[in-house]
Formats: sequence, structure tokens, C-alpha cells
Amino acid sequence: MIYFDKVSKKYSNDSIALQDINFSIAHNEFVSIVGHSGAGKTTLLKLLLAEEQPTEGSVFFESVNVHALHRNDVTKLRRRIGMIFQDFRLLPDKTVYENIAFAMEAAGRSDDEIAFDVPHVLELVDLSHKAWDFPGHLSGGEKQRVAIARAIVNQPDIIIADEPTGNLDPVNTYEIVQILKKVNDIGTTVILTTHNKGIIDLLGRRVITMEGGKIIRDDESGKYVL
Amino acid sequence: MFWLNTKRIMRAGFLSFWRNGFVSLSSILVVTVTLFTIIALIFTNVILEGVLADFKTKVDVNVYFITTAQETDILQMKSTLEKQAEVASVTYVSRDQAIAEFKEKHKDDYLTLQALNEIGDNPLGARLNIIAKDPSQYEGIAKKIEDQGTLISGGTKIIDKINFNQNKDIIDRLSKIIAGTKQFGYTFALVLVCTSLLITFNTIRLIIYMTREEISVMRLVGASSMYVRGPFVVGGMIYGIVSALFAMLLFYPITLWLSSTTRDFFGGVNLYTYYIENFFQILIIILVVGMLLGAISSFLAVRKYLKV
Repeated sequence: MIYFDKVSKKYSNDSIALQDINFSIAHNEFVSIVGHSGAGKTTLLKLLLAEEQPTEGSVFFESVNVHALHRNDVTKLRRRIGMIFQDFRLLPDKTVYENIAFAMEAAGRSDDEIAFDVPHVLELVDLSHKAWDFPGHLSGGEKQRVAIARAIVNQPDIIIADEPTGNLDPVNTYEIVQILKKVNDIGTTVILTTHNKGIIDLLGRRVITMEGGKIIRDDESGKYVL
Repeated sequence: MFWLNTKRIMRAGFLSFWRNGFVSLSSILVVTVTLFTIIALIFTNVILEGVLADFKTKVDVNVYFITTAQETDILQMKSTLEKQAEVASVTYVSRDQAIAEFKEKHKDDYLTLQALNEIGDNPLGARLNIIAKDPSQYEGIAKKIEDQGTLISGGTKIIDKINFNQNKDIIDRLSKIIAGTKQFGYTFALVLVCTSLLITFNTIRLIIYMTREEISVMRLVGASSMYVRGPFVVGGMIYGIVSALFAMLLFYPITLWLSSTTRDFFGGVNLYTYYIENFFQILIIILVVGMLLGAISSFLAVRKYLKV
């Protein structure tokens, strides 16, 4: 499904974010990418989203070179990817309902579909009672659940979670991970970046370990080893 | 799909405007100042045109005829002059009217009146009072009158004097003042409007700068450029509409207060009357300018942050 082919990203001669990255991710996999801060995890995800261009190599999504796509096609690609950020990145002027609905509106879904799916997804993340609250009125855990709801509402092919529990306490961290597992169980590929040992050991799924912009380990049922 | 997206964009634009009260208010204030400046310039132009038109009527050319000039000849000259394109009006003052005006003007001057009585006969000739459409045309008119005066009377000169040359300096100076004032006025207006527009554009750009993170999130979630940009453009147009209404409302008490002052000061121009009589025309101009200003500023400001 996803294939990184000899990908490197250099910002300057002294700043090399990624070096010769090669790996693939199949449908329905749950992959954790671990590493210290500055290992290149976020850069990897930015390349997949076409937010940045690789210096060398290519990134393929379903056999299509992501960086050869026209701007409009990049927009369509992103609708097939649900993104969850460490800092939530909710739209502060929109309610919880509107934040989730925005993802569907951007994808061109009808009002009827939105009216049906959004409440459903809110129920999934246990936030039905907060539908008309603004992000400023939510706790960190609730914000992240809204972000997850926004990411999954369009039933994307893949969920990318970039350190989604970085700003959360252990209880909320556990809840978020459980939601991601549930999402993966219903058939969505999940890529999770983290430097939280507990999450990795809890998941017991494939772990790609990065350091200094390189992949140093790739274990099918890995543990956190750094 | 197009109408669905349009409806969603307009709704999002309005909600963003409504929910960001303080930010919206700041933008409205800045746009209001710009539109206020434009309306002020319109009114200033009205006053200026009024003053200049009034000045023009204060300057005229009088043609004095000899006492033996025939009224028919004088009226024929009047008729010829009125047909000239550069002449605004010609007024005939007969000998009787002239002496009556003279006596009225000097009614408190006993000595002058006594001297007049001793003369016995009316020493004053008839005259034509000529007002040109532009002060710069008086010289040409005076020249034609001199030529014409001889022709009409069959070679006998009936014109006693033309007081153009006496007023020539004033007329020349007035022409230069009028031309210079207009040029200065247009240049100043242009500079003021451009400055106001730049300030407004930068303010809106700053406001959109504050939302750059949200714009990038919208792009990463899969929204198209139009879908991201649209609500900002709608918001900009709303700023323009609200600001236009504010600016027009502000001028109601201002013109009311200034109306008596400007009428006495600038000879005949009543700003309040002008404001009321031209309310809808000015409102439409200001609404269009305001909406374009807000929309274009937002459109250009968002562009930079769409490159995600």
C-alpha cells in the first residue's frame, strides 16, 4: 500500500532529516514508528502527505508516486488519509460537530451523509454530549478524540497519528490507543509515531525504529528498543 | 455540487465573522476609516466645486456703451453673445436701470447725489454684464466684443469701455488657482486613498496570518484551495458591507452639523442636502468599494498559506 523507495531528505549539508529510507506497509497493518526526538519520524509522515518533497527517492501510495501528483490530486490523496496531530489542530471557531463535518464537506459529501455519519462517529469516540462545544471547552483527551473522529469520519484507507498521546496523561493515552486499535481492527491501516515505550509494549505490533534519520530496526512484533 | 459548496462557503464565512467578534471588529474599524476617507473626499470635492463655481460668478466682464448707443444695437450684441459657447449668461442693464443702481449705491453720499442732480441728464450708458463658463475665456470674449461693437453700428464705435483689462490680473490669477487646486486635490486624494487601501490590506493580511495554522490543517484534511479561501473572502466582503454602513451612518450627524457652517463658509453648498439627495448613489459606491477591498485583500492574503 505504502512504499518508501530510497528516500532521503536533506535541508542542508549539515541537516539531514532522512537517509536512504526503504520500507513498505501493507493494507490493514498497524505500524508504530519509534525514535528519539529528531529521528525523522515526523519528516517521514510529511513526505507521505506530500507536505514536503524528498531530496532523493520516491514515495508511493497504492503504486502512485505521491510527489508526481498534480496539486488537485494531492488534495484528493489527503482525503484518503486521516491525520491525527500531537497538538490536535482542531479549528477553534468551529464546534466539535463542525470540526468533524468539515472533513466530510471538504470531501464533497452531502448534507444527509454528514447528518448521518457525524453523530455516529461522535458516539464511537464517546463525545455525543459535547457535539456543540468549542475546542476551547474540551480537555486534552477530548480534543484528541475529536481529532480521531475527524480523521476516521471519511473512512480513509489509512490513519496517520503523529505522536497523538504526546500531550496526554496515561489514562487518556490508553483510551486513544484503544480507539486506534479498534479502528485498525475494522480494516484501516494505522501508522503511529511515538516515543512512548508503554504504548509500543502494549500494542505488540510491528515496530520500525529510527535513529539519526535512518531505520535501524524493523520488527514484526516489536518492542521498544532504543 | 457548486451550489452546495457555495452555500457552505458562505455559511462558514459568516460564522467565522460572527464568532471572531474582536478580530472582526478590528477589521471593520480599519475598513471603515478607509471608506470614511473616500466619502470625505467626495464631499470635499463637492465643496470645492461649489466654491469654485461661486468664485466664477463673482468674476465677470462689463461692457459699457456710450450714452447715444441704440438699444436695438445693444440687444443685438447681447443676442450674438448669448449664442457663443463660452458665454454662460449675458444681462442687459438699461440706462435707467444703471442710474437707479447708482443712486441706490450712493444713497448715503449726499455730495455725489447732488452732483448728479446738477448734471441733470443721465450720464450713464447702458451696459452688458457677461459671465463666462470659465474665467480663462474672458480674454477671448472681450476681443470678440471689441470687434463686434464696431461691426454692429456700421462702423461707429458704440462701446465706451470693457472692464476686462482692469480685472484681467484677478481673472488670470483665479484661473491659475482653480487649475492648481484641482490638480493638488486630485493628487492628494489619490495618495490618501492609496495609503488607506494599503493599511486596510495589511490589517487583513495580519488577521489572516493569525489563522495560518488553521489554513494548513484544512489543506491537510483534504480541503481544496477554493474551499479554504472562500470563507475568508466572504468574511472580507462582510467587513466591507458593515464598514460601508457604519461610514454612511457616521456622516449623517457630521453633515447635519456641518451644513450651516459649510453653507455660510463656502457659498451655497449644503453638505447635508447633498448627502440626503445622493444617499443611495454614495452608498452603492461605498458598498462596492468596501466589498471589493475586503474580498481582494482576503483573497491575496490567504494565497501564501495555501501552499501546503
